[in-house]
Amino acid sequence: MIKTVTDYLEITADRLPEKTAFCDEKREITFSEIRTESQKIASVISRQNIFDKPICIFMEKSVECINAMLSIVYSGNFYTVLDVDMPEARIQKILEVLSPVAIITNEAHLTAAKEIVAKDNSLSEEGIIVYEEAMKEDFDKEGLLEIREKIDINSTMFVLFTSGSTGVPKGVIIPHRAFPPYINWYADTFHFDETTVFANQAPFYFIMSCPDIFLTILVGATCHIVPKKAFSFPMVTLNYLKERHVNVLYWVPSVLCMIANFRALPEVHLDDLKHVMFGGEVMPSKQMNMWRKEYPNVQFTNLYGPTETTEMISYYVIDRDVSDSESLPIGIPASYIKVILLDENDKEVAPGEIGELCAAGISIADGYYNMPEKTKEVFVKNPVFKEGDDPESIRMYRTGDLAKIDENGDLIYMGRKDFQIKHMGNRIELGEIETAVSALNGIDQNCCLYDTKRSRIVLFYTGTATEDYINEELRNALPVYMIPNRIEKLEKMPFNINGKIDRAALKEQI
Amino acid sequence: MEEFIEKLKLIKKGVDFENETELFDGGFLDSFDVIQIITMLDEDYEITVPPSEIVPTNFNSAKAMFAMMQRLEDE
Repeated sequence: MIKTVTDYLEITADRLPEKTAFCDEKREITFSEIRTESQKIASVISRQNIFDKPICIFMEKSVECINAMLSIVYSGNFYTVLDVDMPEARIQKILEVLSPVAIITNEAHLTAAKEIVAKDNSLSEEGIIVYEEAMKEDFDKEGLLEIREKIDINSTMFVLFTSGSTGVPKGVIIPHRAFPPYINWYADTFHFDETTVFANQAPFYFIMSCPDIFLTILVGATCHIVPKKAFSFPMVTLNYLKERHVNVLYWVPSVLCMIANFRALPEVHLDDLKHVMFGGEVMPSKQMNMWRKEYPNVQFTNLYGPTETTEMISYYVIDRDVSDSESLPIGIPASYIKVILLDENDKEVAPGEIGELCAAGISIADGYYNMPEKTKEVFVKNPVFKEGDDPESIRMYRTGDLAKIDENGDLIYMGRKDFQIKHMGNRIELGEIETAVSALNGIDQNCCLYDTKRSRIVLFYTGTATEDYINEELRNALPVYMIPNRIEKLEKMPFNINGKIDRAALKEQI
Repeated sequence: MEEFIEKLKLIKKGVDFENETELFDGGFLDSFDVIQIITMLDEDYEITVPPSEIVPTNFNSAKAMFAMMQRLEDE
C-alpha cells in the first residue's frame, strides 16, 4: 500500500532510474539521484532520533530543495519550506508558530541560516543540517525502511504557511493521506505521463507547486524549475519554455496575464504546448482569450481550491467560447471531494442559489498548526453528513468563498464572503465589478474595495485607461449602484508574497 | 539622459541608475519594474516598446534603456 510520496519515488526510481526528473539553473537530476540524495539526508536526520517533528528548509528554489523535502518525508518528520528571499520578520513569525527541531540548508545560505537560528528559541546550531555535508554520509536503507513502517498515513507530511489576514501566518497541516487521491486524480484526469514536461513557476512555499513536484515524481515526468529572473521578461520566459520543450504549464494568472499584456504571445510559438492550467486567483477572460487565440488546440483549465483542501476543490476545462466580460466557471469537484453550498443557517441552498462553498473529504487539512481556535472556526463537522455517506466526508472546510451552481451544473465563483457588501441597500459582489473592469481596454490589473466608513466603492487599477473612460464604459456594463464611487490609478499594484493582489495594503490607501 | 534617470528613480528608489550595469541580473529590478518602465516610456515619451525589445540587454542599465529609446524614436 502507498503510504507516502516517497513510495511513489521508489517506484519511479526503479522504473526510470536514469530519466531527468528536475532541472534548475545549476543542475539536472535523475530519479535515481533524487532517491540517493534524499535518503542520505534522511539518514542524517534519523540519526538524531527525530520523528514526527517539524523541520524547516532554508534553501533557494532548486532541485536540492526538493530533495530536502523528500528527505524529511523519508525520515518520518514533516517539512516547512522557508524561502531565502522571504522577509526576515515573516520567517521569525513562522518559526514562532512552528518551533522546528532542525533546519536543512546549504553552504551558500549557512551564514544566514545561523543568524536565523541565533534569534530563534527552538533551534540550536546542532540542529543545522548542511546539504553538502550530508552528501558525504552513507545512507541507512534498513533504518529508513523501519521508519516507513512507523509512519501513520494520518500524520503530517508538511505544514504550509498562508498569509493570515491578521499578520500572523497560519500553518496549514497537510497529512500524508491527502496525497494519493489528490495526485492520482490529477494524473488520471489530465493524462500526465512520462512525456509530460512541466515548467514550475509557483514558489515551493506555495501549495500550487505540489502538482509540479509530485506529479513529476508520480508519473516520471520532467519538471523545469524556471528561474525567477526569467519572469521579468516575457520573451525570455517564452524562449525558455520553447527551448526546453515544455508542454504543460500550471501558473498563476498574473504571470500569464503579464505575457499576454506585453503582446509577447505572437512573437514566440511554443510548438510543444498541450495544456495550460491556472489557479490561485481569478483568471481574467480577456487575457485567457489572448492565449487561446494563439493556441486554439491547447487545453485550458481553470482550477480552484485553497491550501486548506490540499490545493484542489474543482476544475473547469474551457471547451467553448468565453466572452471577455464573462467570468470563468470553477466547474465540477474533483472525484474525491464533496462540495456543499451552505446558507447562513448551515442548510444546503436550493439549486441556483448562492451559498458558502464548503468542501469535505479525505484531503481536507488537519487544521492550522498550534492554532486550535482558528482551526475550529473553519474546520468543522459536515452539518449535512448522513449515514451512508463517504465516512471521510464528515470533516469539512469552510472556504469563505461564495458560489452557485449554474444551469450546466458548473460551480460559479461569486467572490469572497467578506467581499460581499451592502451598498445603497443592494447586495454587491466586489468581484463582479472587478470582472467588468478587467474586460475594458487599457486595464492591466484591478481590485475593488469597500470603504465602509464613507460608504463608497473604491476601484484601484493599473494600465493606460483613464478614469473617465472607465466610468463611462462601466455605465454600459453595470447597474448604477455598482459603479465605483472613486477610481484610483496606480503605478504599480501591490502584491503579497504569493504574487496575489495585496488587498490589505490597498485598504490602507483608502 | 539626466531627466530619464530622474524618472527611473521615481520608479525605484535607492538604485544606482547612473552606474549600475546589471539592474536585472543583479536583482535590483524585477518584473513589476519592467511594466512600470515600459508604461513610463509610453506615457512620458510616447514610445511603444515592441515585445522583441523587452529583453534583459535593453534594460540592464539606464544607458542601454536610453539607447533603445533613441533607436525606437528614429524608427
